[in-house]
Amino acid sequence: MTKKITLKINGAEHTMEVEPRMLLIHAIRENASLTGSHIGCDTSSCGACTVLIDGKSAKSCTILAVQAQGKEIATVEGLATAEGLHPIQEGFHLNHALHCGFCTPGLMMRAVELLEKNPNPTEDEIRWGISGNLCRCTGYNNIVSAIQWTSAKMQGKELPSTEPKFV
Amino acid sequence: MIKCKTSKEIGGMGHSKKRKEDARFIQGKGNYVDDVKLPGMLYMDIVRSPYAYAKIKSIDATAALAIPGVVAVVTGKDLEKYGLHWMPTLMSDTQMVLPTDTVMYQAQEVAAVIATSRYLARDGKEAVMVDYEPMKPVMDPFKALDEDAPVLRSDQEGKTDNHIWHWEVGDKEKTANVFDNADVVVKQQMHIPRIHVASIETCGCVASYDKVTNHLTMYMTTQAPHAIRTVIALVAGHVGLTEEKIRVISPDIGGGFGGKVPVYPGYVIAIAVSFLTGAPIKWIEDRSENLQADSFARDYHITAEMAGTKDGKIQATRFKVLADHGYTDASANPSKFPTGLFSIGTGSYDYGAAYMEADAVYTNKPPGGVAYRCSFRVTEAVHAIERMTDMFAKKVGKDPAQLRMENFIKKEDFPWASPTGWSYDSGDYHAGLQKAMDAIDYHGLRKEQIEMRAEGKFLGIGISTFTEVVGAGPSQDFDILGIKMFDSAEIRVHPTGKAIARFGTKSQGQGHETTYAQIIAEELGIPMEHIQIEEGDTDTAPYGLGTYASRSTPTAGAAAAMAARKLRDKAKKIAAHLLEVSEQDLEWEPGKFFVKGAPEKSKTIQEIVFAAYTNHPEGMEGGFEATHYYDPPNLTFPSGAYICVVEVDAETCDIKVRRFVAIDDCGNIINPMIVQGQVHGGLTQGIAPAMYEELIYDDSGNILNGTFMDYLVPTAVESPSWETGHTVTPAPHHPIGAKGVGESPTVGAPPAIVNAIVDAVAHLGIKHLEIPVTPFKLFKELQNVGYFKKTT
Amino acid sequence: MIAENFNYDAPTSLDEAIALLHEYGDDAKILAGGHSLIPMMKLRFASPTHLIDINNIPGLSYVKEEDGYLKIGAMTKEVEVEESEIIHAKYQIFMDATKLIADPQVRNFGTLGGNLAHGDAANDHPAVMIALGADVEITGKDGKRTVGIDDFFQGFYTTAVEHGEVLTEIRIPAASGNYGSAYHKAERKVGDYATAGVAAMIQMDDQGRCTKAGIGLTNVSPLPLRASRSEEVLIGSDLSEAVIAQAAQYASEDCSPSEDLRGNVEYKRHLVSVITKRMINKAISRAKK
Ligand SMILES: Cc1cc2nc3c(=O)[nH]c(=O)nc-3n(C[C@H](O)[C@H](O)[C@H](O)COP(=O)(O)OP(=O)(O)OC[C@H]3O[C@@H](n4cnc5c(N)ncnc54)[C@H](O)[C@@H]3O)c2cc1C
Ligand code: FES
Ligand code: FES
Repeated sequence: MTKKITLKINGAEHTMEVEPRMLLIHAIRENASLTGSHIGCDTSSCGACTVLIDGKSAKSCTILAVQAQGKEIATVEGLATAEGLHPIQEGFHLNHALHCGFCTPGLMMRAVELLEKNPNPTEDEIRWGISGNLCRCTGYNNIVSAIQWTSAKMQGKELPSTEPKFV
Repeated sequence: MIKCKTSKEIGGMGHSKKRKEDARFIQGKGNYVDDVKLPGMLYMDIVRSPYAYAKIKSIDATAALAIPGVVAVVTGKDLEKYGLHWMPTLMSDTQMVLPTDTVMYQAQEVAAVIATSRYLARDGKEAVMVDYEPMKPVMDPFKALDEDAPVLRSDQEGKTDNHIWHWEVGDKEKTANVFDNADVVVKQQMHIPRIHVASIETCGCVASYDKVTNHLTMYMTTQAPHAIRTVIALVAGHVGLTEEKIRVISPDIGGGFGGKVPVYPGYVIAIAVSFLTGAPIKWIEDRSENLQADSFARDYHITAEMAGTKDGKIQATRFKVLADHGYTDASANPSKFPTGLFSIGTGSYDYGAAYMEADAVYTNKPPGGVAYRCSFRVTEAVHAIERMTDMFAKKVGKDPAQLRMENFIKKEDFPWASPTGWSYDSGDYHAGLQKAMDAIDYHGLRKEQIEMRAEGKFLGIGISTFTEVVGAGPSQDFDILGIKMFDSAEIRVHPTGKAIARFGTKSQGQGHETTYAQIIAEELGIPMEHIQIEEGDTDTAPYGLGTYASRSTPTAGAAAAMAARKLRDKAKKIAAHLLEVSEQDLEWEPGKFFVKGAPEKSKTIQEIVFAAYTNHPEGMEGGFEATHYYDPPNLTFPSGAYICVVEVDAETCDIKVRRFVAIDDCGNIINPMIVQGQVHGGLTQGIAPAMYEELIYDDSGNILNGTFMDYLVPTAVESPSWETGHTVTPAPHHPIGAKGVGESPTVGAPPAIVNAIVDAVAHLGIKHLEIPVTPFKLFKELQNVGYFKKTT
Repeated sequence: MIAENFNYDAPTSLDEAIALLHEYGDDAKILAGGHSLIPMMKLRFASPTHLIDINNIPGLSYVKEEDGYLKIGAMTKEVEVEESEIIHAKYQIFMDATKLIADPQVRNFGTLGGNLAHGDAANDHPAVMIALGADVEITGKDGKRTVGIDDFFQGFYTTAVEHGEVLTEIRIPAASGNYGSAYHKAERKVGDYATAGVAAMIQMDDQGRCTKAGIGLTNVSPLPLRASRSEEVLIGSDLSEAVIAQAAQYASEDCSPSEDLRGNVEYKRHLVSVITKRMINKAISRAKK
C-alpha cells in the first residue's frame, strides 16, 4: 500500500516510501529527521505543526504526506540563511516571544505568511492571524510585539524598542 | 526603574538580558523528548478504559499480536509477576501502573502495545479486545461520602469509606467566637473546578535499558529529574534497578506548569518493557490522553465565610474544603501539607482569627491534584479570600479598593504572623494597589461605569490583591517522600574565567539558562554570556527537587548566589595573595578586587581564576569550584495588585476584558524582561480558568471535553493585551532578595476577572459567579435574577 | 492519532475521479481540503478504504460573476474567498463568515465545496448559502445536475451528493440593487464551531421596502435551517424595528437546538433571536451603502 514520494523541504529533496495515511508532520519529523516542527494535539487545534506548503501556512498534522508530493515545503529549519537569521527569528528572540519554545516554530511559520500577505498588520490583525496557534507560556503579548517588530524590520522602518515596557 | 550594580556587559541582576536558550528554539534545534531517536527503538501506545469504573473480565491481544510489527502487548497481570503493577504516589498513596482487575477512571491505562512504529502501535491498540463489566461510578465528591457509596479503594486494607484525609489549621474556637459576635458575615459556596495544565508538549519518554551494563537511561518530560530517579529506584530497586544505575535526562521541556512533576503509569510501563526487552521504548501521549488521564489541578469545593464589622474591618475567615482527588491522591505536595499551602488563604489582610479545614475524597476520576502553576493550592485559597473580600465590601457598602486599603497589613508590620501560622517576610500592599489604581484610572472607571449603566451597558471593575507563598521550602517542614526540599547549584569556573553551572532544577521555559547566569554574573562579575547553565541530567547535576511552585529562584537561585559567594571568598584570598595585601584591605566591585584607596591596584576575577589554577597561595586547594545546597530559612511571600476591566454584552452575555493591569512584587528582579514574560503567560493561564477552561464529566464518568476542540485553551484573540508593572520589596532573608514570580499571575488573575464580571452585573442582583464564567453561565444567572425571562 | 490505512489516488480530471469513485464503491471518499475528513479519520470516526484526492483537478477553483450569478468553484479555498475582490465589494457576508471559520491555516485548505458536502449543521457556509439562496451544481457519470440549497442537506453528514458524484460549483443569485448580507455566530472561543449562528441577506427597493430576504441558521437544528417565517415577515415590509424583532422572534421559535456544552436550548434560542436582529440590521446598513 505504500507510495514512493519526494518531498521538497527547505529546498532539499527527500524521497521516501510512505503509507498514504502517513501525516505530513510525521514524514517531516521522522522520515526527513527535521524535528523543529512539533505536534501538540490530535484535533488540528494547536498549530505547533505549522509549516508552509507552497508559501501557505498549513497544519501538517492535517495533511497527508502523499498530498505534499511535488510541493515546496518550508519548515523552521529553513528560515535562517547563510546571511543569518530570518527577521522573524530575530523578532521572536529580541522581543522574548518564546518561553519553552515548543509552539515557536509553528508560530514563526504562521507569522511569515501573515507578514507576506499583510506586511503592516494591526495588533488585531496579528491576534486573529495567529489564532490557529496555541501558546501556553507567553500570554501572546510578546508574540504580537515580535511580529510588529519583524514587520518594521522587513519594511526597513524604524525598529520599535525591544526593552520591556512597564506601567 | 530597576537599579543594576553590574555593567551591561557583565549582565548581572536587573538587566533585561535577551535569553541564551532562544538560539536553539528559534532555529528548530530544541531537543524535546519526541525528538529523541535511538537505534532499535520500539514504540508504545496505550489501550485505555472507555469506562470510569469497571471490572476487567478479559483482555484478548490475539488480533493485535497478529499485526506484523506488533511486538508485545503488556497487561497488569504481566507486570504483577515483577511486582510492578502498583507504584507509590508522591503523597504516599498508591496508584496502579496497569490494572489487574478493575479500572477506576475513564481513560485509565489498561494495556500497552509495543510495535516497531508509532502507526503500528496504534493499529495494535485498536485491535486489543477488552471485555469490561461496567459498574456505577462515584462522580460527585459529596456523594462519595454517603454511607451507601461503594468503597472505591477496596485495595486498601480495612478501608470502609472514600475519605482520604482530614486537615485543619487555625484556631477553631476563637474564630467561631468572632463569627458569633460579628456585625456582618458573608458566606459563599464555590467550586474551583478541575482543570488541566495543557502544556503544548504532552508527556512522554524514551526508556532505554542496556542489558549489558545494567543501566537505564530515561529521557522524559519531567520537571524534577532527581526526584523521579529516586522514585524509579524505589519502585524498581527490587528488580535490580538501583539508583546509581538510573540516569534521568530531562531534555527540553515544552511547558510543564506542574503537570510534569508526577510519575505517570506510561513512564513506568516503558521502563518495564525496556527492562524486559532491552530495546529503547518511546511513549508519547496524544493530546486527548494527556487531557483525559494526566494529573488534573484544583477541584476544590470551598465553603468560604468572612466576618467583619459594619464599617468594613475584616475580623475572621473560615474555609471548609472538600477536595476531589479522583481515584488516588497523586498530588505533588510537600509530604506534611496535604492541602499544600492553602493556609495562605487569609490573604493580604490584617486580622487575627482564621480556621480552615479540608477533607479529601476518592472518586472515579483521574488521579492528581498537581500544583498547576501554583505553589500548592495557593490558587484555590486566593480565589476564596479575594471573592470573599469583594462580597464583604459589597455587603458593607464600601468600594472594594477602599476596603482593601483599610484592611491591608501595613508595610511596617512585617514580618507579620498570620493566624494560620505563616510569617510573611515583607510587602508593601498599599503601594501596589495604589500603583495599579493609578495606572488604570480606577476612579475614572467608576464614573464611566455609572454612565454606561444608565445606557444599559455593563462595565465591571475587579480587583485582586493577593499574597503568594513560594519557595518550598525550609527543611524542618518541607519534604517530598522524606527528601528535604532544598535545592542546589554547582559552579565550576575554568582557568580562562568562563564558567559552567549545574542545577537540580529544570526549566520548562522559565529561562534558567539566562537568569541563573545573571545571578552568578552578579556575584562573580563574570559576564553572563560566558556562564553556561546545565540542568536536567541526573548524572551530572547536583541533587535537587526540581522546578515547580515558583521555587527555582527562591531555592536554586539562592544556591547559585551562595555558591558564587563561596567562590568570591576564595577569590578574595587569591587576590590578597596576588596583590600582596591583606584581605581586609580589599574591596570588591563587580568583576574585580581592588586595594582600598588605591583602585589602580586590582585583580580582575579572570586573573584571579587563572591564578587559582596556576599560582594559588600555598595551603589553598587549587581550582575554582563550589557547590551549595540551599536550605531556605523561610518561604518567600510575593504579592500582587491586579485590576481587571470587563465589558459585558447586555444581550449575548459576551464578556470582553477591556484592560488588565497587573502590579507584581516579587522582590528583587533578576531579569525584568523574563519576569514580565512570566507574568504575561501566567495571566493568560489565569483568564483560562476564569472564563474558558474546566474538565467536565457526566454522571456516568465520561469526560465531555477531553480534546482541544472542547477544552478551550485561550488564543491570542481571547487573551487581552496585558499591562504589567512592579513594586520592589526585597525578601529580607533571601541572599538576593528575590521572591519568585512564575505563578503569581495564575493565582491572582482569576479572582480579579470574576470580581470584574460580578461587578458588571451586580446591579442586577448577581452576588457571585462560579468559574469559568462563560456567557452561557452568565445568561443562566441573569435568568435567575429575572433579567432575562425564563421561557421554560 | 493515526488513521486506518487506505489507498490514495489523485486523479487529474473530473471524469477520472468519478470513474474511480464508481470503481471503488461506497468505501471511497473524496478528499478536498481534508480539514473535516482527515481529523475524523485520525480519530477513526471515519475509515474510508480509498481516498480520491481532487486537488489536482484543474478548473474547480474560482470566484466570478457570470450569467446573473456569483459562481464559486467547489475547490475554492476559504482564503481565496476571503481575498476575492468581488466578495469584498458585494458579498461581505463571506468576509464575516470566513473570519469566524477555524483559523488561517485551516482556511488555507478548507474548501467551500467541502464545507457544504460535509453535511454538518455546525459548519458555517450552509447557513450562508441558505440566506443567499444558492444552487449547488453536482457532476456525475451522466453529467451535471443542479440542486437548490433547500434540498441539498438531507441528514447528519448526508447531502444530495450521491455516491459517485462530485459537487462542482455553487451558484448564488448575483447581488443587485440595494443588497446587503451579514453573518455572525456566537462561539466559545475563536475558531470554535457555532453555539448559534445567523446569516442574513436583505434586498430593498429605493423606498427601503424589503424585496428579498434570506435567513439561514447554523448549528441550532439537526440540519442547516432556513428561517422561513422570518423571511416572510421581512419581505414586503418596511423593515421597521418591530418587523425585525418579529423576524428574530420567529427564528428563535423555529429552530430546534439541542443542549450541549455550548449551551442549553433556551440560551441558544435567545442567541438566535439576538443575532438575527443584529444581522438583519447589519445587512440593511450594508444594503443602504
Ligand atoms: C480546527 C478546525 C476548526 C474548524 N472550524 C470550523 C468552523 O468554525 N466552521 C466551519 O464551517 N468549518 C470549520 N472547520 C471545518 C473546515 O472548514 C473544513 O475545511 C470544511 O468543513 C470541509 O472542507 P474541506 O475542503 O476541508 O473538506 P474535506 O474534509 O476534504 O471533506 C469533507 C467531506 O466532504 C466531502 N467532499 C469534499 N469536497 C467534495 C466535493 N467537491 N464533492 C463531493 N464531496 C466532497 C468529503 O468526501 C468529506 O466527506 C474546522 C476544521 C478544523 C480542522
Ligand atoms: S499538531 Fe496541533 S494542529 Fe497540528
Ligand atoms: S512558548 Fe511554550 S507554548 Fe509557546
